[in-house]
Amino acid sequence: MNSNYEKIIKSAHDLRWDIGGDFHEKIMESLYTDASRIADRAVTHPGDTPRFDLDRTIDRLVTSRIWGFPLMLLLLTAVFWLTITGANAPSGLLYSLLIDIIHPFLKSVFANLGIPWWIDGVLLDGAYLATAWVVAVMLPPMAIFFPLFTLLEDFGYLPRVAFNLDHIFRKAGAHGKQALSMTMGFGCNAAGVISTRIIDSPRERLIAIITNNFALCNGRWPTQILIATIFIGTLVPAHLGGLISALAVVSIALLGVLLTFVVSWALSRTVLKGEVSTFNLELPPYRPPRILQTLYTSVIDRTLVVLWRAVVFALPAGVVLWVSSNLLINGVSIAEYLVNFLNPFGLLLGLNGVILVAYIVAIPANEIVIPTILMLTVMMSGVTGVGAGSGVMFELESGLQTLDLLTMGGWTLLTGINLMLFSLVHNPCSTTIYTIYKETGSVKWTTVATLLPVLMGFVIIFFTAQIWRLFTG
Amino acid sequence: MKKNNQVEIIESQDQAGCATCPVHHAANLKKLGVDMGNWDFVVALAGNPNTGKSTVFNALTGLRQHTGNWPGKTVTRAEGGFDYGENRYKLVDLPGTYSLLATSLDEEIARDFILFGQPDVTVVVVDATRLERNLNLVLQVLEITHRVVICLNLVDEAERHNIAVDHRRLARDLGVPVVPTIARYDEGLEDLLAAISEVASGETQAAPYHVKYNHPKLDQAVTQLVKQIEESFPDVPNARWVALRLLDGDEKIIEAVKNGDLGELTYNVEEMDGLGVDTVALKSGFSL
Repeated sequence: MNSNYEKIIKSAHDLRWDIGGDFHEKIMESLYTDASRIADRAVTHPGDTPRFDLDRTIDRLVTSRIWGFPLMLLLLTAVFWLTITGANAPSGLLYSLLIDIIHPFLKSVFANLGIPWWIDGVLLDGAYLATAWVVAVMLPPMAIFFPLFTLLEDFGYLPRVAFNLDHIFRKAGAHGKQALSMTMGFGCNAAGVISTRIIDSPRERLIAIITNNFALCNGRWPTQILIATIFIGTLVPAHLGGLISALAVVSIALLGVLLTFVVSWALSRTVLKGEVSTFNLELPPYRPPRILQTLYTSVIDRTLVVLWRAVVFALPAGVVLWVSSNLLINGVSIAEYLVNFLNPFGLLLGLNGVILVAYIVAIPANEIVIPTILMLTVMMSGVTGVGAGSGVMFELESGLQTLDLLTMGGWTLLTGINLMLFSLVHNPCSTTIYTIYKETGSVKWTTVATLLPVLMGFVIIFFTAQIWRLFTG
Repeated sequence: MKKNNQVEIIESQDQAGCATCPVHHAANLKKLGVDMGNWDFVVALAGNPNTGKSTVFNALTGLRQHTGNWPGKTVTRAEGGFDYGENRYKLVDLPGTYSLLATSLDEEIARDFILFGQPDVTVVVVDATRLERNLNLVLQVLEITHRVVICLNLVDEAERHNIAVDHRRLARDLGVPVVPTIARYDEGLEDLLAAISEVASGETQAAPYHVKYNHPKLDQAVTQLVKQIEESFPDVPNARWVALRLLDGDEKIIEAVKNGDLGELTYNVEEMDGLGVDTVALKSGFSL
């Protein structure tokens, strides 16, 4: 080490004693004084102040103790209701285009070219149908949901949500800024985990990372929306279906928020004890959303990005599914073996083997859970007349048809509810796990963040199933 | 004005995350790799959270990344580039911070870049509706470097709130160029680019304002330390600021003096992250 450098440090140290203790405050004070003086000289207020301050009035309403939460719920429900009711027609249209028209056409082209059945199977019945399914099921709700969500964000509403939730996080022993990283997690948990960098205390940051998975992400919204539509929405008269489904999805999302608080609280009382830090949360001014730009960015950045990711994972998954359900050992396909093996365990939990297999297949991306479930269900229940038969993804023109199919596959309302619960509380996707590892640099905490939710999920759906069976006999 | 929409994205050490990131497939992205040598000037973009830094960044680089109306959107650096006049500029979007005292990771990233990355120009984006609070950061940046351009953003909003900012007076008081802009609607960016290029080329010589401490003992101590620092680190342009940080007991700066990093003009900026940066994924709010 250079001795000159040492000398500098030493004299700085000595001089610090010389100057006295109020040094730091003095510097900050001078800084603020000068900033304020310079600002004062430059700023003028032409004319009178406006009588009515719209921003402040809105703020008073959306962050009010009484109206804050109800307004938040109302907005969320409205967004989902618009998504669910709006997505129906375009989804049906995409089905008939991609699956009724293009798929048979491709089949006939392949047949005319004399391409072997297994190539045709892998490419058209595996890869193409999986992809077409993902596009048809995910594109319409995303194309409605993301622009709406982005508009809320652009308008400046999200920090108000954080403001409303802040004191609850503090009570749970977590950092108030966790409200922001959680909100980010509603988009993507990997992004949510990265955004915890705004939290400076390592203890609180770990809590935020571990609990981020409870924020329902993009990959899981479509599952929630579909299952809610076909299982919950059909319990009530048709005109109420959309609203009730939307409320079901909102409840699941809120359950996620509740779990975030509970787990944060438990962690901060046990393995991650410590002081709660304070911070300033600035409420940005409301800005009129730039509608066109918002549409553009939410379609490009969010909708297409998420869709692309789903497609990228659906292609190989379709191939794997087709192969595993067409490769027979002793007359039984590999997929069937696996499903039968997991079935007893699944039924005990109020799910079934098909769902568990789907969640294993979907570790890389939650987006493909539903297509996988439907395909395996068709294969396992031997339903005919839907699609082209065993191991082939198929067309379903409406939610009701999906319901019929799943009921034939032995599904009940309990299966639907438990699937929604398990979709909320299970291990993070592989991208998020990898991100957690990169951010924490710790195998231990990555393991905790991965296994804790999946174990909690098993416990929650197990008890839901037991209680359900107790009451329904 | 000639603008090239060329953008590079900092690659994380392990590409597994980014390679599948669909943002890479967008037509306007052209990865140039991290090659500082190709750029004539490096421009850093600093500012308080939610002042529109990312909007300015997008407007200058042609990137259409998602910008959000909430503080804390950018917690790592994003990089992009543009051509202006004869020169190529690399633009680095720093996390929004209220100060440069490095009490949290985002503040540290911002400060380390301005200090060690030694950008040719540091643009501080300032919210015209909250000038006083924003000036706290500006004054701290001016302590570190005099190659500063102030981008007085959101003047339309200030007007809406019945606030007028005299940017000429501000420029005189601060001793650096001040350019009023409305980045959301691309207004004033031409002037901003001109100011950046003038500071970068040295046409504009700034005489930045330094905070007055009115503390004789402190002034004495600073003078003494500055002398020592300048002897050991002749290349350090901001000895006064280093002295103040040393007196304040800033661990990071003490460390930098101890191992001589302070003298390294070519501080390896990429190493500074060490976090694996998936900036684009983060900024767009979505998955990898």
